[in-house]
Amino acid sequence: MRWAAGWARFLFWRIAQGAVVLLVISAIVFFMFFVAPHNVARLIAGKQATQQTVALVAARLGLNRPAIDQYGSFLWGLLHGQLGYSFYNSESVRTLIAQRLPVTASVAGGAAVIWLALGISSGVLAATRPRSIADRAVTVAVLTFYSMPTFLLGLLFLYLLFFQLHLAGIDFFPGSGYVSLAQSPLSWAQHLILPWFTVALVTATTYSRLTRGSLLDILGEDYIRTARASGLTERRVTYRHGLRAALAPVVTQFGIDLGTLLGGAIVTENIFGLPGLGALAVQSVTDEDLPVIVGLVLVASAFIVVANIAVDITYAILDPRVRMK
Amino acid sequence: MTIGATLPPEVADLDGGEPARGAAAVAGRSPWRLAWERLRHDRVAIASSVTIMLIALLAICAPLIAHLVGHGPNQQYPTLGLTPDGLPRPPSGTFLFGTDDLGRDLLVRVAYGAQISLLVGVVSTAIAVVLGVLVGLTAGYVGGPVDALLCRFVDVVLSFPVLLLAIALVSIVGPGLIITIVIIAFFSWASIARIVRGQTLSLREREFVEAARSLGASSARIMVRDILPNVAAQVIVYATLLIPSAIAFEATLSFLGLGVVPPTSEWGGMLAESVGYYQVAWWFITFPGVALLITTLAFNLLGDAVRDALDPRAHSLFRNK
Repeated sequence: MRWAAGWARFLFWRIAQGAVVLLVISAIVFFMFFVAPHNVARLIAGKQATQQTVALVAARLGLNRPAIDQYGSFLWGLLHGQLGYSFYNSESVRTLIAQRLPVTASVAGGAAVIWLALGISSGVLAATRPRSIADRAVTVAVLTFYSMPTFLLGLLFLYLLFFQLHLAGIDFFPGSGYVSLAQSPLSWAQHLILPWFTVALVTATTYSRLTRGSLLDILGEDYIRTARASGLTERRVTYRHGLRAALAPVVTQFGIDLGTLLGGAIVTENIFGLPGLGALAVQSVTDEDLPVIVGLVLVASAFIVVANIAVDITYAILDPRVRMK
Repeated sequence: MTIGATLPPEVADLDGGEPARGAAAVAGRSPWRLAWERLRHDRVAIASSVTIMLIALLAICAPLIAHLVGHGPNQQYPTLGLTPDGLPRPPSGTFLFGTDDLGRDLLVRVAYGAQISLLVGVVSTAIAVVLGVLVGLTAGYVGGPVDALLCRFVDVVLSFPVLLLAIALVSIVGPGLIITIVIIAFFSWASIARIVRGQTLSLREREFVEAARSLGASSARIMVRDILPNVAAQVIVYATLLIPSAIAFEATLSFLGLGVVPPTSEWGGMLAESVGYYQVAWWFITFPGVALLITTLAFNLLGDAVRDALDPRAHSLFRNK
C-alpha cells in the first residue's frame, strides 16, 4: 500500500512538472513568434497587394487580435488536441505533423538501434581489452566522429557511398527520397541506410565512451571481485554483473537523444531529402508559417519532456530511493 | 543536435577532494600548478594546442594571406577563377586551394572562415560560462525559492529542441553573426549552471565555508573567493569542450543558410555552396570540410587533455592511460 502511494505521488509530481514546463514553453514560443514583428500577411498577400489587402489577410488569419487573446484561443485549441492551421494552405498543423512523423520516426528508430549496438559493443570492447588494436581503433573512430558535425558526415556519405559508387556503376545507396515501410520494407531500409548511419555514427561516440567509463568503474567494485572469486567466468562477470549496472547512464542519454531526434532530424533530413518533421521545420521557417513553427517546437519539446519522464521512471524502477524523495 | 559536450558521470565529482586553497598550503604546489605541469608534459595537449594556435594564426593572418596572393575573400574572378563552362577551377599556382562556384579564391575564404569559427566558438562559450556560473552559484548558494525558480528555468531551457528553436528564432530576427552567438550562448549556459549548482550545494556545507561565514565574510565574497575556485576546474573542462560544439553548431546553422550570411566566408556556408559541385570539384568541399574537422578535433583533444590534467582520476574520453 505504501509502495503504491509512493509510486502514485512520484508519477503525479513528475507528470505535473512536465506539464508546467510545456506550458511555459508554449507561452514563451507563442509570444516570441506572434508578438515579434513579422510580415506574414504581406508575404501571403503578395508583393503587388495594397495596404488594404494586407490588412484583410491579417484579419482573416486573426493577426490583428490582441496577442493574449490569440494565445487564449491557441491554448483552448491545444486542450482539444488542435495546434491551429497553416497560414498557407489552411491545413491543420496536427495533420501536417502527423503526416511527417513516420518519416522522422523511421530515421530516429533505425538510427537508435545502430547507435546503441555500435556504441555499447565498442564501449565494452574498449573497457575489457584496454590497449588492444581493437580498442585503439575504437578510440580513433570515436575521436573522429565525435568531432564531426552531422552535416559533414552526411555530405561525406553522399560523396563516397552515393556519388563515387554511382560512378563505379553501383547504384545501391539512393542519394535522396523516402519510401514508406508499408509500401516496400526493403526499399524503405535502402533509402534510410545512409541517414541512419549518419545519425548513428555521430551519436554512438557518446555511448561508446559512456559505456567504457562506467564499465571501468563498475569492474573495479568489490562485488565484481566477489563474483570473480566465486568462480564465475569472466564473460559472465562482465555481461551479467558489470554491464547491467554500467548501463544506467546510457539509459539517461538514450532518453534525451531519442526525444530530441523525434522532434526532427533537421540536418539529416535536409541532406538526404527526407520529408520528415525537420524538413517541415526548415520549410515553415523559410515561409514564416508561424502556426506550423509553434506547433513543431511544442511537439518537439513534448517529446523531450516525455523522454525525461520515461528516464526518471526507469531510474525509479532501478533505484527505489529516487521515488521516496 | 545539442550544443554542449556530454560529460561522463565521473566528471561530476571532479572536485571531490580537498578545497583548492587548503591543499595549496599543505602541498606547497597548488593543484593548478600540478595540473599545468601535467599538461605541459602531455604530447596530445601540446599537439592540439599547437594546431589551435596555427588555426588562430590563419585567422589573424587572413588579410595578410589575401594581400600576398592578391585575392580578396569576396572578390570574384569570372574568367581567371572559372573554367569556360563556368565551373570552379582546381588548385593551381594562382589559386592554391582552387576556386569556388563564383570564382573566388578558396584559400583566402578558408582563412577568413577561421575568424568566424574561432570568434563564435570562443565568444559564445565565454558568455555561456559567465551566465552559467552566475546562475549556478546563486541558485546553489542562496537556495530556497530562488534556487527552485532558477532550477525550473534551467529545466525549461534544457527541454527546448535546440536546433529547431534556433532556426525558428533566426526566422524572426534574421540571420547574422551576433544572433548566432547569442543563440549558442543562450542554449549552452544551462548545463554549466546545473553543474555549478550541484557543486555549490555540497561546497556551501563544508567547514571552510562555515569558517569564512563565521569570520563575517559576505555571501558575495564567499561565493567568489571560496566556492568559485573549487568549481573552476570543472567549468574549465566543460568550457574547453563547449568551444568545438559551438563551432560545429555555428557551421550547422550556416550550412542550413540560417547562420552567418553570405558573402561572408564561413566554413558551414562554404560547405552548403559546395553541395551542388561535389561531383565536379572535390577541392570545394574538401578544404572547408577538413578545416572544420581539424578545428573541432583539436579543441576536443585539448579539452580531454585538460580534463586529464585537472583530474587524473577521471576517465579520458579519447585516450587510455
